[in-house]
Amino acid sequence: MKILYDKPKSLIDKKTHYCPGCSHGIVHRLLAEIIDEFDIQKRTVVIAPVGCAVLLYDYIDCDSVEAAHGRAPAIATGIKRVKPDHIVVSYQGDGDLLSIGMSETIHAANRGENITVIFINNAVYGMTGGQMAPTTLIGQKTRTTPSGREVSNDGYPIKACELLNTLDAPYFIARGDVTSVKSIIKTKKLIKKAVKYQMEQKGYSFVEILSNCSTNWGLSPAEANNWILKEMVKIYPLQVFRDKGEA
Amino acid sequence: MNNKILMKGNEALAEAAIRAGCRYYFGYPITPQNEVPAYMSKRLPEVGGVFVQAESELASINMLFGAGACGARAMTSSSSPGISLMQEGISYIAGAETPAVIANMMRGGPGLGNIAPSQADYFQAVKGGGHGDYNIIVLAPSSVQEIVDFTVEAFDLTMKYRNPVMILGDGVLGQMSEPVVLPEMKKVNDDVDWAICNGGERSIIRSLYLIPENKLEMHNLHLQEKYEKIKNEYIKYEEYRLEDIEYLILAYGTTARVCKSSIDKLRDEGVKIGLFRPISLWPFPYNQVKKQLKGLKNIFVFEMAKAQFEEDIRLAVEGKISIKGFYKLGGAVFNSQEIYKNIKDNI
Repeated sequence: MKILYDKPKSLIDKKTHYCPGCSHGIVHRLLAEIIDEFDIQKRTVVIAPVGCAVLLYDYIDCDSVEAAHGRAPAIATGIKRVKPDHIVVSYQGDGDLLSIGMSETIHAANRGENITVIFINNAVYGMTGGQMAPTTLIGQKTRTTPSGREVSNDGYPIKACELLNTLDAPYFIARGDVTSVKSIIKTKKLIKKAVKYQMEQKGYSFVEILSNCSTNWGLSPAEANNWILKEMVKIYPLQVFRDKGEA
Repeated sequence: MNNKILMKGNEALAEAAIRAGCRYYFGYPITPQNEVPAYMSKRLPEVGGVFVQAESELASINMLFGAGACGARAMTSSSSPGISLMQEGISYIAGAETPAVIANMMRGGPGLGNIAPSQADYFQAVKGGGHGDYNIIVLAPSSVQEIVDFTVEAFDLTMKYRNPVMILGDGVLGQMSEPVVLPEMKKVNDDVDWAICNGGERSIIRSLYLIPENKLEMHNLHLQEKYEKIKNEYIKYEEYRLEDIEYLILAYGTTARVCKSSIDKLRDEGVKIGLFRPISLWPFPYNQVKKQLKGLKNIFVFEMAKAQFEEDIRLAVEGKISIKGFYKLGGAVFNSQEIYKNIKDNI
């Protein structure tokens, strides 16, 4: 019997703790497939954030460092400066990347650190029970915006790709989603390109992935995916913002 | 061969680190230690090292965490307010058991304070500072030569124990220039099987332990075992003119140095007084202090803080001898005449 499709070698055979329908499961798998396809398992380091993916190292089989909330890009910088030939991937959520870690995010990008940042944007704080995130939409109800996010109190949602696109250094900036087979294939190509650029020592690569949090959005996974395509893409357009390799 | 060169404390610290094998520095400017990053930015590229001026002290300590996770000899430096920002990172480094050398050139506080010397970060350095049960090794130099010697030692200690080590200096030490003998460039050969990117087995550097329920408890007990081991294996102090003391002075760092001048003058007048100078503030030489108590009339503690160091003295003395503390706060420094008068007025 010929095996046509298998679990990636770099994906640990362990039941994840994620909610049914959560995008983390898909993105973890994509990352593991890419690590296998490039055969870089032995020289990849993933940095686990504070968020639902805090146990990233339980699922991706390679070296890992667990970061303090928001500090992953700084830790990535320390690692990459010591081990420039290793592939360093920072995997972060919206609080980690854009709230507490805003400074670390912008400055690692600005220095053009040769790392890859994967940003899971699900417009809410998942692990801590659904509080407002910097990426929460206006009017979106969360645990700390029970009447919906109001501009006067909490400002506007922050667009990570657009923000980083103002900096000169980043090499690759893109936004995708994983709501359908088609978009999963497309987003995998984005992440793969980002990692390839790191392997080629081109500089800083950033892939934002619009993700669902059906649990904290109070929607079914299918409804959650629809909400991404209907509401989130209005604020966070799906596109490649910058690709110096194709310039 | 004794080749002495005149060096400023902050620069000697940087050069000593490089001689000790440090090839990575991540830091942020703050007075009175700005000479450290400046020197590192010039010198590290000369030896194939890496210098990064981080965006903040918060970023600095986390870059240091990342570098240490790779088993590298790396360091940062700052001063009191910046060290406050690093406390979270230090807790993570201690919990994850990775190496890190951190230099604090203390200045007046609290808050923004001033840029004059202080010893008011004693509690922060020795009693925690960051959250959780952990300890860091703290070494307090009192001369530029000691800055050099202890910096070299700090790197060996941090790699041996996989625990943060702090060089606790102050604004005076960092700014003063003294002749020093620098060590030869060390050939580093650390055993870093535990580190990430070591070319061997997979490594996870973490401080979160959720499952099973008692995993974190076990980890904490392991850390405590390590701290007991360090206490049993390492202690550092100086005894100055303690042969026949009736009066004992306790001080560290710059303050201790000033005390020595006063002691010499008092000794000339026949006062049986000496100085016990703790150098490792953690592990603290409690037992060695206890050994000095026989026949004492009084103990004098001098520090540029309000009774922080004094608390550890009280712990050692256990109420057996009366203790009188003298303090300089908010960036004020003792001079030897003051110390002399303080003692004369109390004996």
